[in-house]
Amino acid sequence: MADTASTAESTEKDSHDESHDDSKRDFLLNSTIAVGAAGTVLAVWPFIDSMNPSKDVLALASTELDISSVEVGQSITAIWRGKPVFIRRRTAKEIAAAKAVNLADLKDPEADKDRVKKDQWLILVGICTHLGCIPSGQKSGDVKGDFNGWFCPCHGSHYDTSGRIRKGPAPKNLQVPPYKFIDDTNILIG
Amino acid sequence: MSTPTWKNPIIKWVDHRLPVFTFLDHSIITYPTPRNLNYWWNFGSLAGMILVIMIATGIVLAMNYTGHTSMAFDSVERIMRDVNYGWLIRYLHMNGGSMFFIVVYIHLFRGMYYGSYKNPRELLWIIGVMIFLAMMATAFLGYVLPWGQMSFWGATVITNLFSVIPFFGEAIVQWLWGGFSVDNPTLNKFFSLHYLLPFVIFGLVFVHLWALHTHKSGNPLGVEVKGDQDEIPFHPYYTAKDSFGVGVFLIVYLGFVFFAPNFFGEPDNYIEANPLVTPPHIVPEWYFLPYYAILRAVPDNFIDVWGILPVIIPAKTAGVIGMFASILLLMVLPWLDTSKVRSARFRPTYFWLFWIFVIDTIILGFMGAKPAEGNFLLIGRIATAYYFLHLVVFMPLLGKFEKTKPLPDSISAAVTAGGSDAKEGS
Amino acid sequence: MFKKVIILAAFVVAFSSSVNVGSVRAAGGAEINSQDWTTNGLFGFFDRKQLKRGFQVYSEICASCHSVRLLFYRNLEEIGFSPEEVKKIAAEAEVAAGPNEDGDTHDDGELIVRPGKPFDRIVSPYPNEFAARAANAGALPPDLTLMTKARLNGPNYVHALLTGYKDAPSGFKLSEGMNYNPYFSGSQIAMGAPLSDDGVEYADGTKATVGQMAKDVTAFLIWSAEPELEERKRMGIKVMLFLFVFTALLYAVKRQVWAKLH
Repeated sequence: MADTASTAESTEKDSHDESHDDSKRDFLLNSTIAVGAAGTVLAVWPFIDSMNPSKDVLALASTELDISSVEVGQSITAIWRGKPVFIRRRTAKEIAAAKAVNLADLKDPEADKDRVKKDQWLILVGICTHLGCIPSGQKSGDVKGDFNGWFCPCHGSHYDTSGRIRKGPAPKNLQVPPYKFIDDTNILIG
Repeated sequence: MSTPTWKNPIIKWVDHRLPVFTFLDHSIITYPTPRNLNYWWNFGSLAGMILVIMIATGIVLAMNYTGHTSMAFDSVERIMRDVNYGWLIRYLHMNGGSMFFIVVYIHLFRGMYYGSYKNPRELLWIIGVMIFLAMMATAFLGYVLPWGQMSFWGATVITNLFSVIPFFGEAIVQWLWGGFSVDNPTLNKFFSLHYLLPFVIFGLVFVHLWALHTHKSGNPLGVEVKGDQDEIPFHPYYTAKDSFGVGVFLIVYLGFVFFAPNFFGEPDNYIEANPLVTPPHIVPEWYFLPYYAILRAVPDNFIDVWGILPVIIPAKTAGVIGMFASILLLMVLPWLDTSKVRSARFRPTYFWLFWIFVIDTIILGFMGAKPAEGNFLLIGRIATAYYFLHLVVFMPLLGKFEKTKPLPDSISAAVTAGGSDAKEGS
Repeated sequence: MFKKVIILAAFVVAFSSSVNVGSVRAAGGAEINSQDWTTNGLFGFFDRKQLKRGFQVYSEICASCHSVRLLFYRNLEEIGFSPEEVKKIAAEAEVAAGPNEDGDTHDDGELIVRPGKPFDRIVSPYPNEFAARAANAGALPPDLTLMTKARLNGPNYVHALLTGYKDAPSGFKLSEGMNYNPYFSGSQIAMGAPLSDDGVEYADGTKATVGQMAKDVTAFLIWSAEPELEERKRMGIKVMLFLFVFTALLYAVKRQVWAKLH
């Protein structure tokens, strides 16, 4: 197939040199080159596509999770696409704190209601938006930062109970992954 | 050969500093080529194209392959099942190996038929044999990677061949294995070498072409090019002809890939390697069968039967020597063949000896696939004896005694005479 | 010229037969009849109803001893099960949950298990080779995923073996615990005849004769060995058509270019 490409190129040059060539020959040659070029392009696709996520990887692209055992005030960490996902069942106090914030004070303004599907359940990708560390705050004894959410030990970013950046170098709120509630106790992330 | 003048300013700028375009122009555009090459001359460029396909598919396969005994087999199956178009790329690579050998065998026999290896193209031929050897090594290493039963036992049998080396044999085999049997260190190093060798082949091909372009292509008549009237530029004549050959080749190659992808393979290689169970019939890949037949052809009681060898050589050793000699003898073929005439067209006796030799190697291939017993073994022995007889006895003697036909004055003379050569060339 | 064509033809014939050294005889010596598989030929395809029946035979009969460890539950969607059905089938199996913060076992050393998910491998009947041998009087039931590719003339062989159980001919010395089957290497096999009429009750109402079940389960195994077969052949037809046109064009170009030479 590599041959075809070089033929195409050089034939072009050739047809300039020999202007006496009749148009019939040019037509045959050009259509052959066009067919060959199309074939080459199509043949390259499987090679490129083979580097896209494979079926076994895609099968793990979404994670189904039973969250019925999580108590109010507790957090669990799930793995989704190789990344930690924080799932916190928030207390009434935490929900109230998240809702009470004035959006104008935020570095990355986002209302709490846009970040959760059910007030009680906060679901976040647990990767600091600064340089990719895993913030602490999942276990009861962990440092949770000044805003009682999460605290990134690498460079001191503080997140609140809605996972929004409040203090420190991180530019963005903790990301909310795509998810949905299959029923009351099962969620599908991804 | 004049230096072309480039109109495109960028090409001109580059070419002034690094004459890559002039080089390409000289090698594949204006490159003067005998006007009477027939379709047997297509197989060189075909082999080059397959090498590119093999490297391209191989690189993509290596992205998904795991060179560890506990994962190799499953990682190949993952390529076949889960990687996008993985089955296509793997089957292209698998069948590409067989196609490579078919094309190279035809290329090699073409060289023998037309005496392409004769002065001044001896080095060109020797480099070709080196490419062939590197291909065999690469194919063998690659066949081990899927870690099926044939992979494992093929690797075991072939590496054990080195144990016949006097004094150092055992140590060399252990060194090849990186242990005391074919195991993970072996697989890992074979993967590394299998990735390396194609680039060595690529380098050898470059040298092969360098040597070719020094004295230019031979031709079916075997007479030297006498002037411009004997030659045509490579492009568009041979680019068009080679491209057509590529089309025909792809139909055959992809026909196997899509409709009979395991035709050349062994069912046993779809069983994961098991060091405790040897399959009932271990056979190498088809392209090694003639050599395998030679390996097994040497009688156990070699010394008793022949009673002439001054040193004690066990059958195993003699078989191994025979096998390597069968390939290495090809390197000295330019000197074994004493005839002044190149092409078999003007050598009536050699014509028949050549075809008998071809049939002999095919018979050897058949026998390599059969169990080494009874009539199969006998036929294998006769065919092995003939193989060496042809190269060592017939070739040197023939040049002295054969009455050759008169050669034409020049290529163009033969063409204008309206011989069959002109038809073949057009 | 004519002589050369004949020699070339002889070469091609000899060559192609030299690489195809297989015989139609099974290792056991009996002749294998070829069956008419839907996957045969240039236009081979999968009959998904048949594959579903075959899976039923596999999971109700074969699966008690034989694994298909290269298949995942999610693959069953390819033979016509809906995602919900696949989830249900997967959930019937127990798989190791994998390590959590406490490791991968409970305090008492038992594996932590969870119901299977579509992305899990189809669970094998035995945890390892030793357990398999121990449960089968020392014989190892082989994995079936690649069986039709791992035997010469695989599909027909598997079918012949499944339907080939007979009483041993008089004079044949059958070893302890073995069964006579002329298609198996040595004509005796540790596996007892696995299929009997109405051994399964097909969900689609097909009559479950031994012949029917053997065909269905073999078709399922052809799919498990070559799940890409249908896509491969369909793509192959298109590629071949393209190449015929392209090669014809290349030939025309070659003719035209060389016509200038005279």
